[in-house]
Amino acid sequence: MDNNVVFDRIREEVSENDVVVFMKGTPVFPQCGFSSVVAQVMTHLGVKFKGINVLEDPGIREGIKSFSNWPTIPQLYVKGEFVGGCDIVKEMYETGELQQMMAEKGIQTQTH
Amino acid sequence: MVAGIYGAPVNPGAWFKKQGNAYMAMEASEIERLIKEALPDAEIRIEDLRGDGDHYSAYVRSAAFKGKNRVQQHQMVYAALQGRMGGELHALALQTAAAD
Repeated sequence: MDNNVVFDRIREEVSENDVVVFMKGTPVFPQCGFSSVVAQVMTHLGVKFKGINVLEDPGIREGIKSFSNWPTIPQLYVKGEFVGGCDIVKEMYETGELQQMMAEKGIQTQTH
Repeated sequence: MVAGIYGAPVNPGAWFKKQGNAYMAMEASEIERLIKEALPDAEIRIEDLRGDGDHYSAYVRSAAFKGKNRVQQHQMVYAALQGRMGGELHALALQTAAAD
């Protein structure tokens, strides 16, 4: 599969779904600790998100890295925009920026 | 660490341990050298999280980060590592800050 086809699919996913996490494994059964952290943060915030398991799709697994110019997985997208990987998501969650960004973008979160 | 906040204990390193030493280790000094080469003014602190030469955290502070968002700052560090991130360097927890 060439990059154009893969990029089109990625673009489709991130435009049709408000919050997308490209991850190893699924939100219920993450297969990597870093992916697990991002999924847990989303779940903790009560954000509805779509998890895309890159282990099931080698094209997406490689393509997503060039799409965002980001060398690792997981990757979080909100309203089509790349937000970051595990470190950034964690840091933004801890400072409250993530919750603020979700609110600004009109993504519903649950307060605990 | 994340553990307390989200309930279940989270240990990203555990996944790699399970797979044995599939990833080539990289010296902390080599990581620092590469970052320094691209960002000469950078203040760099690297920690070998498990003492196994395979799980690092890095704090990088540079004036070159000014006016850049987090994603861009991290991308600059990844660029400095010339493709090693995600390859031989698998576990590098990165934190960046802009210096005045």
